[in-house]
Amino acid sequence: MLEVEHLAVSFGTLRVLDDVSLAIPPGQAVGIVGPNGAGKSTLINAVSGTGQVSRGTVRLAGRDVTHTSAARRCRWGIGRSHQIPRPFGDLSVFENVLVAAERGAGLRGRDAAAQALRSLEATGLLSAANTMAGAVPLLGRKRLELARALATSPQLLLLDEIAGGLTEGEADELVSTVLSLKQAGVTIMWIEHVVKALVQVVDRLVCLAFGRIVADGSPEEVLASREVAEVYLGGALA
Amino acid sequence: MTIRSAVVTPGEDLRRPEISRGGRAAAAGPAGAILVLLLMACLPYLVEPGLTSELVTLCYLVTLASMWNLLAGYAGMVSIGQQAYIGLGAYALFLANDHGLDVYTGTIVVSAVVALVAWPLSYLAFRLRGGYFAVGTWVIAEVVRLVVVRFDSLGGAGGRGLAAVTEDPLLRRAFTYWLALGVMAAAVLGTYLVLRSRLGLDLQAIRDDETAANSVGVDVTRGKRVIYVLAAAGCAAAGAVICVDGLGVASPGQIFGVQYSALMIFMVVIGGIGTVEGPVIGALVYFLLDKYFAQSGVWYLVIVGAAAIAVSLYLPRGLWGTLDRRSGLAIFPVARRVHGHQGTARPETRT
Repeated sequence: MLEVEHLAVSFGTLRVLDDVSLAIPPGQAVGIVGPNGAGKSTLINAVSGTGQVSRGTVRLAGRDVTHTSAARRCRWGIGRSHQIPRPFGDLSVFENVLVAAERGAGLRGRDAAAQALRSLEATGLLSAANTMAGAVPLLGRKRLELARALATSPQLLLLDEIAGGLTEGEADELVSTVLSLKQAGVTIMWIEHVVKALVQVVDRLVCLAFGRIVADGSPEEVLASREVAEVYLGGALA
Repeated sequence: MTIRSAVVTPGEDLRRPEISRGGRAAAAGPAGAILVLLLMACLPYLVEPGLTSELVTLCYLVTLASMWNLLAGYAGMVSIGQQAYIGLGAYALFLANDHGLDVYTGTIVVSAVVALVAWPLSYLAFRLRGGYFAVGTWVIAEVVRLVVVRFDSLGGAGGRGLAAVTEDPLLRRAFTYWLALGVMAAAVLGTYLVLRSRLGLDLQAIRDDETAANSVGVDVTRGKRVIYVLAAAGCAAAGAVICVDGLGVASPGQIFGVQYSALMIFMVVIGGIGTVEGPVIGALVYFLLDKYFAQSGVWYLVIVGAAAIAVSLYLPRGLWGTLDRRSGLAIFPVARRVHGHQGTARPETRT
């Protein structure tokens, strides 16, 4: 589904990602963990087309999309949430999701509206449909990010820290939403600090540190690995 | 990529959503606006020609303000170079007129032609962003002016008059008024129709967050380009109206003057940026200020400036924007409301 090869991203002299290669087969759910500044969000930006790529290639279903615009990648099946929510503030919650259904999923009229409402229902936002997105509190904005991504009918869903700040009950709901997407065959790449939520969904865990992949495998393996312990706790305890 | 995953299982009631636009006045607003336009169309039969002549100014002011609002209020493009298209509209009308086209059909042809000129120019302008874009549009306007004054047939640096116009002054005044009214109606109703469409929703998303718009599949550049070209066509039509009204162009410096951009910004900010109604209100305010204070010399500028400062400080959403926020009033309802689901607003019949 997604193949990232020798990806490097530099901002000026700062190398944020350095030779990252990662292949995600269709239907797989991959969790990305790593300390702050490891390059996790940069990786998502490179895959979604929002950020720049200095070197390497990004392939979606075999097609090279390294130089394809974010909008086109979205229409080709990449849906994403933003770590810092980016609502369309002067549009209603419903309209926020409707744009995604119309443009991302290419639906029209009632089909688009129905898709938008389903996404709102799945994320528990239906009751806020007519609220201005700018007036929605942070938690609601995070859900809106997910709802918008869902409305684009993604085949590859990129989630950037959507579980932070949720209560246990809310996190459970979120997990079941993401799980149902996975069961529907959506490929998922999920950055999350809330590892407890993450391991309930993902088949595979990748640990990034200092712009490189330091561990890649089943969640149990990766969480138990020496490299990950070193990254999080420093060499002394490992 | 052809297979689309069924992402969420639909609830039965979500299959037939009820979506409506605006509040109870949803249909009444546009109908009322059309009624006002029809009444205005009858004015030449009812009032002195002097009044309709003054209203020509109001009509092109509304047109200009609506176009700038479309650019800045909906597509986030702060242009200070729309005078390029106002001037081109006026000068293209000379060409059309010289080739035997009457000035009224000429106006339509001219706005289409200027739209075709604006298309390639948009590629130039879109290389720049934010403040650089604003200055870039101004530079484009200056370049267009410098090119136009090269042509002696267009009067060079001295301006020129229209060759063929309606002879009878009374008829001419009425025709000019109807032309200006028609252009204004097209600009305002056109803006409204664009905003209600799928493109309109794209534009509002772009206005609020370009990056997010991109990542939900909105082709941001295409949306902006369409608006840039439409706004150029509208400004060209306004330029043609100004030309017909003045029976020509006094000087290229006037018709290509940056004062038009200042005027457009003023009207839109006063009226309320990002609303269909705002520019109309703003144009009306400027029209009245101009009518009653233009003779006051320096005080006129002081009053206009004070009005701009007062509105920006105390009513940052503009006159209409503030009213709209407080009362939910909309003559041209653009927003979509969802009905019929538990918890979503109070039940309301679709109007």
